[in-house]
Amino acid sequence: MLVTKTKRALTAAAGIAALGGATSAAADYGLNLTTGVTPISREAYDLHMLILQVCIGIGFVVFGAMFISIVKHRKSRGVQPSQFHESTTVEILWTIIPFLILVGMAIPATKALVAMEDTSNADLSIKVTAYQWRWGYDYVDNGVSFISSLSTPKDQIYNKAKKDEHYLLEVDKPLVVPVNKKVRLLITANDVIHAWWVPALGMKKDAIPGFINEMWFKVEKAGTYRGQCAELCGKDHGFMPIVVVAKDEADYEKWVAEQKGAASADKQAAQRTWSRDDLMARGEKVYNSSCAACHQANGAGVPGAFPALKGSKVATGPVGEHISMVLHGKPGTAMAAFANQLSDVELAAVVTYERNAWGNDTGDMVQPSDVKAAR
Amino acid sequence: MSTATTTHDAHHEEHPSGLMRWVTTTNHKDIGTLYLLFSLLMFMVGGAMAMVIRAELFEPGLQFVEPQFFNSMTTMHALIMIFGAVMPAFVGLANWLIPMMIGAPDMALPRMNNWSFWILPFAFAILLSTLFMEGGAPAGGWTMYPPLVMQTGNAFPFLIFSVHLMGISSIMGAINVIVTIVNMRAPGMTMMKMPLFVWTWLITAYLLIATMPVLAGAVTMLLTDRFFDTSFFNAAGGGDPVMFQHIFWFFGHPEVYILILPAFGIVSQIIPTFARKPLFGYSSMVYATASIAFLSFIVWAHHMFTVGMPLTGELFFMYATMLIAVPTGVKVFNWVSTMWRGAMTFETPMLFAIGFVIMFTIGGFSGLMLAMAPVDFQYHDTYFVVAHFHYVLVTGAVFAIMGACYYWIPKWTGHMYNEKLGKLHFWLSTISVNILFFPQHFLGLAGMPRRIPDYSVQFAGFNEISSIGGFAFGLTQLLFVYIVFQTIKGGEKATDQVWEGAHGLEWTLPSPPPYHSFSTAPEVK
Repeated sequence: MLVTKTKRALTAAAGIAALGGATSAAADYGLNLTTGVTPISREAYDLHMLILQVCIGIGFVVFGAMFISIVKHRKSRGVQPSQFHESTTVEILWTIIPFLILVGMAIPATKALVAMEDTSNADLSIKVTAYQWRWGYDYVDNGVSFISSLSTPKDQIYNKAKKDEHYLLEVDKPLVVPVNKKVRLLITANDVIHAWWVPALGMKKDAIPGFINEMWFKVEKAGTYRGQCAELCGKDHGFMPIVVVAKDEADYEKWVAEQKGAASADKQAAQRTWSRDDLMARGEKVYNSSCAACHQANGAGVPGAFPALKGSKVATGPVGEHISMVLHGKPGTAMAAFANQLSDVELAAVVTYERNAWGNDTGDMVQPSDVKAAR
Repeated sequence: MSTATTTHDAHHEEHPSGLMRWVTTTNHKDIGTLYLLFSLLMFMVGGAMAMVIRAELFEPGLQFVEPQFFNSMTTMHALIMIFGAVMPAFVGLANWLIPMMIGAPDMALPRMNNWSFWILPFAFAILLSTLFMEGGAPAGGWTMYPPLVMQTGNAFPFLIFSVHLMGISSIMGAINVIVTIVNMRAPGMTMMKMPLFVWTWLITAYLLIATMPVLAGAVTMLLTDRFFDTSFFNAAGGGDPVMFQHIFWFFGHPEVYILILPAFGIVSQIIPTFARKPLFGYSSMVYATASIAFLSFIVWAHHMFTVGMPLTGELFFMYATMLIAVPTGVKVFNWVSTMWRGAMTFETPMLFAIGFVIMFTIGGFSGLMLAMAPVDFQYHDTYFVVAHFHYVLVTGAVFAIMGACYYWIPKWTGHMYNEKLGKLHFWLSTISVNILFFPQHFLGLAGMPRRIPDYSVQFAGFNEISSIGGFAFGLTQLLFVYIVFQTIKGGEKATDQVWEGAHGLEWTLPSPPPYHSFSTAPEVK
């Protein structure tokens, strides 16, 4: 442990030293912006390097002058202070020169910005819906739709298990896109403002309830790219990662077909009547991934912030109201509407679970068909 | 001095002693002291919260606090440092210095002065009490973006009310500064002869009066959205959550300059003194300050490049923001030219001023980078931004305030501070603050978002370094507290002039100055 820590510190120190000279080497230490895998991310990187170099250049001149002055113009060397001051010529010069440098930087920046905001002629559109604290993806063109949430186990977060390589940057179902296609994201949110960001794709956009924002990317290299929500969205803001898997055209089509098959299997599952044990088992899973973050695994909630379900009016009262609460949420509170996040089976299972777990002995059983009727 | 005036003065010296002296005081020096000590206290409280943040971020995983409490810490740290530490420190300096610098006996509106200070302890008692409420302290960020802020528990109305109180206090302080400067200058003290600290504060006061009511309006709309069924920011009711951000940042960006313009003034006083050379371009410094103040009103949406503005909007705010580099550059160039071919000595205030120029400029560079919208999409809401605003606010505003304390404390107390300890404080602070914030640039560029309690393992190394720097910086400030109180209690007697190269009316008064600064207006030639 100590060895790895020292190693990390050394790497970091070496990185700082490297930044001054070889910026390309610095990238290996995670010191600099990624070049990424899209035309946009490369453009952002080039601009970043341009302005960084301009700043370093100006810094060299200004700090250099200061340094010389600090060394040479000190009273202890017996110098007499010169009394010069006020020069309109100099003031005009150091107003105009920086202005021209800025114009020089604004031109490439404007070009890049215009290209980045052009979402027209997309090959594929995906609607992204942000929830507290997971991402929903709907492929507008082929009907594939799923929710993507953090897959890092709690034990790793609470230091009871070793953290793996992609700690906090791993999800159960990644967003899959084809390479070399212009993918347009239509981004919105269900509850509070979030932001969708994968550094390697070079763009970030806020997900705002009631609004649809657009952004695009064209991944040029197959691979897995990781990012995170970038706008504070409450308690688990740090725990809603984004994983994008870019596949070749053929692999992508195969993946779409698999998703469609899985979707029809889900539909059939919703038709049949479920046994109590099946509902409880499925319900516990759904509860832990979708509800436990607020209401806690033991149903006790967090006093003042998130109400308890154990013995609560909703979970032990009329079934209809309970289903409606889970479907539609409670506006103005953190209680989200799960109608679009969970399937009929999942909703039926989780309501059944909440009504029979932790000593909530209502004995009620909710079937997928009940949920469908309540929608 | 005739006997008559002496009696007259003595009459004015009558005031309650003990606690009531401070509660009822209308004296600009007493109120200045109260502001400065309050600010120091809040600096420690906000600093303690920063220590919690850095402790949790020392290693990946959750060790000390839960995510909700972590978010409360970042939110409260920001509110306390901005409204409780930096702003009151500047108002305290204004109270102490403006009357002495312009040759006035006191501030123009002494009772309002008392009130504007005494609101603050209540405002912050209310804000801090939310830590003990059901649902916890506000955790939606100091920017209070809806809809997230609506999920605040019982703390919500207390948050809004305390922000209202802080705003009222600031507005009253600002009115007092303007009225004093406009009406109470000594004969011959024309506007273009005023010390730069007075100029920068005059402009800051206008910014405060223009923007604080905007903040008050924004938070009042939050209040009615929550309790009176309005839908200003609720999309489901026809409102617009982004509208809040526009209103908030219309306040928020000028606020950034409220936090830095007086610091520019302080540095412009300190550098000429220790370079023993007049400020290179006095009038261009005044014009640059005014330009920055004007530009600060038309750049607000650069905080919101990712909200989905139209292209033309993004272009406008990018260009306007880049323009700020011009007057800011003029200031930095002027400071450097003032030092050029001077005869410098490096007492603690000068060290802080030089540290300010270098590190504030680093913050300015990252600010210029952030202004470029196409790259800001990568930087936005990452640790790069955290590094940027801590460079301009800690090594900028806070360093200037500390420099000011060392520079004027001999005048205020009549005692010299301990120069050895002062220099030690500077060097420890400068080294640790760079260990604290410089690696955060790398974290942001590598992709670490801000406001997260836990992070992926790739960010571990730099977070560890940053936390170590944070603890060292935090501890070092205890040394500052010690030095301040040591100087108040005693020390080598300070002369009236204090510094060999000091110019200005405040240095013509005895150290410590009389209760009423200038009973007879001095003649300024």
